[in-house]
Amino acid sequence: MKRIYLDHGATTPMHPQVLEAMLPFFGQVFGNPSSIHSFGREARRALEESREKTALALGAAPGEIIFTSGGTEADNLAIQGVAEALSGKGRHLITSAIEHHAVLDTFKALSKKGFEVTLLPVDRYGMVDPDDLVSALRDDTILVSVMMANNEIGTLQPIEELSRICREKGVYFHTDAVQAIGNIPVNLKELPVDLLSLSAHKFYGPKGVGALFVRRGTKLGKLFFGGGQEKKQRPGTENLPGIVGLAKAIELAVVDIPGKAAAMAALRDRLIGSLLEQIEEVQLNGHPVQRLPGNVNVSIKYVEGEGLLLDLDLKGIAASSGSACTSGSLEPSHVLMACGLDHQTAHGSLRLTLGHNNTAEDVDYAVEIIKGSVARLREMSLLYKNYRRKNDNPQTGEEETSCITKK
Amino acid sequence: MYNEKVIDHFQNPRNAGEMFDPSGVGEVGNMKCGDIMKIFIKVENDRIEDISFLTFGCGAAIASSSMLTELVKGKTLDEAMKITNMDVANHLGGLPEAKLHCSNLAADALHKAIEDYRSKVQ
Ligand SMILES: Cc1ncc(COP(=O)(O)O)c(C=O)c1O
Ligand SMILES: [Zn+2]
Repeated sequence: MKRIYLDHGATTPMHPQVLEAMLPFFGQVFGNPSSIHSFGREARRALEESREKTALALGAAPGEIIFTSGGTEADNLAIQGVAEALSGKGRHLITSAIEHHAVLDTFKALSKKGFEVTLLPVDRYGMVDPDDLVSALRDDTILVSVMMANNEIGTLQPIEELSRICREKGVYFHTDAVQAIGNIPVNLKELPVDLLSLSAHKFYGPKGVGALFVRRGTKLGKLFFGGGQEKKQRPGTENLPGIVGLAKAIELAVVDIPGKAAAMAALRDRLIGSLLEQIEEVQLNGHPVQRLPGNVNVSIKYVEGEGLLLDLDLKGIAASSGSACTSGSLEPSHVLMACGLDHQTAHGSLRLTLGHNNTAEDVDYAVEIIKGSVARLREMSLLYKNYRRKNDNPQTGEEETSCITKK
Repeated sequence: MYNEKVIDHFQNPRNAGEMFDPSGVGEVGNMKCGDIMKIFIKVENDRIEDISFLTFGCGAAIASSSMLTELVKGKTLDEAMKITNMDVANHLGGLPEAKLHCSNLAADALHKAIEDYRSKVQ
């Protein structure tokens, strides 16, 4: 069976050159970077070269990069670290309603420890309004965290403006750029953010390794206690193969971002256009223009997302959904709900995220498969039948079925 | 995540579709996850002669609707009233933990359909 991977928002395959760069560090180069002998020095050299490459790709200084175990740890370190370091100055924190759980749940945990958290709302496209940030800022605000690009709906936030507002007020600004790196240009020489999280596996690097950019002079507490690695900010013997992989991946990721993004956005728009044109009752979620070049998120009405994913998977198409039935918690995606979608529309969400290996043929093939799956599921969907009945004879049509509660 | 039997019922649902002129209908929804299903029955001589379903829901919801219809076709109403959601899940060879309460509503819908029929013939 032909299989097409359209879930690059979840993770990406490693670039062959990344694997090649990593291999020696599983073999000959095994030293501990903290050892002073030649084995250790060899490892240390690779570690610091990786730090330089990573910094260069972001417009940062090598001393501003802390390697972590991934995006989740980078987010936790940034938020908990600032909260701890500045708790004497103030206890008010601001974030947005559509952050990844790595950010949102960290703030939630802090709110149970005596911090006050303000959640900025988003408009129906998932966009934060800078005016809302201005009104939310207080004298005791110590940190603002807004993601650069949303992982579900792909909406790009006005980070430039939001971070500038915070800079002028002297409030730290953190951004989760996990989905953005490699997809939109990031230059930390110009962008006034104080902390930025990234994760290698989202840009064709290895899993389990990420980094936190911490602008020089930023006060930051720590999560872990131990040895002196990463300037004591993140103790523990470094994941050297992973770090070398991250550095190679980000080096490759930032080459010609505008060119790569334009090509991918063309493919994205072809996919969005086909879905909207060829299937009835489909809506695009997220911003029509300010969105990640590879992100497509649609709600296909009267079809439930998990069932659709399952059907697509059985036909070789790998996608994801914000449906309650996929979440385990039985709650639909907090991102879609924050955009004002009703439960049913959120229930039918389908996320397709493109990667560099996808082609126009992949997209067209996927559309054909999706059309077939949607038709099959709608044929047995109570909600679709009700909709058709109402549509076909608006006079006699029954009322639309409401969600009847089970006792 | 799902076993082969669940996948089979999801891919090849038995008795899916609307029934015209049913003897009774029952509809249940799960407010929490939003799944919703409707069961149609045709009753003759106190037996379920025919049954069908319409379901908006996840793979587990569709598979349990299908399994239920297969289980009760030909049964007497009293026998059918005894079928539980758990029986349906067991006949499917089990459902994932998270799906048990989410999608397993088919027996409730059937019982409502039988009650609907009984209230009409009385
Ligand atoms: C926006 C965002 N932040 C954080 C993370 C977590 O990153 P990691 O999987 O590296 O811990 C993800 C990954 O799903 C993400 O999409
Ligand atoms: Zn469900």
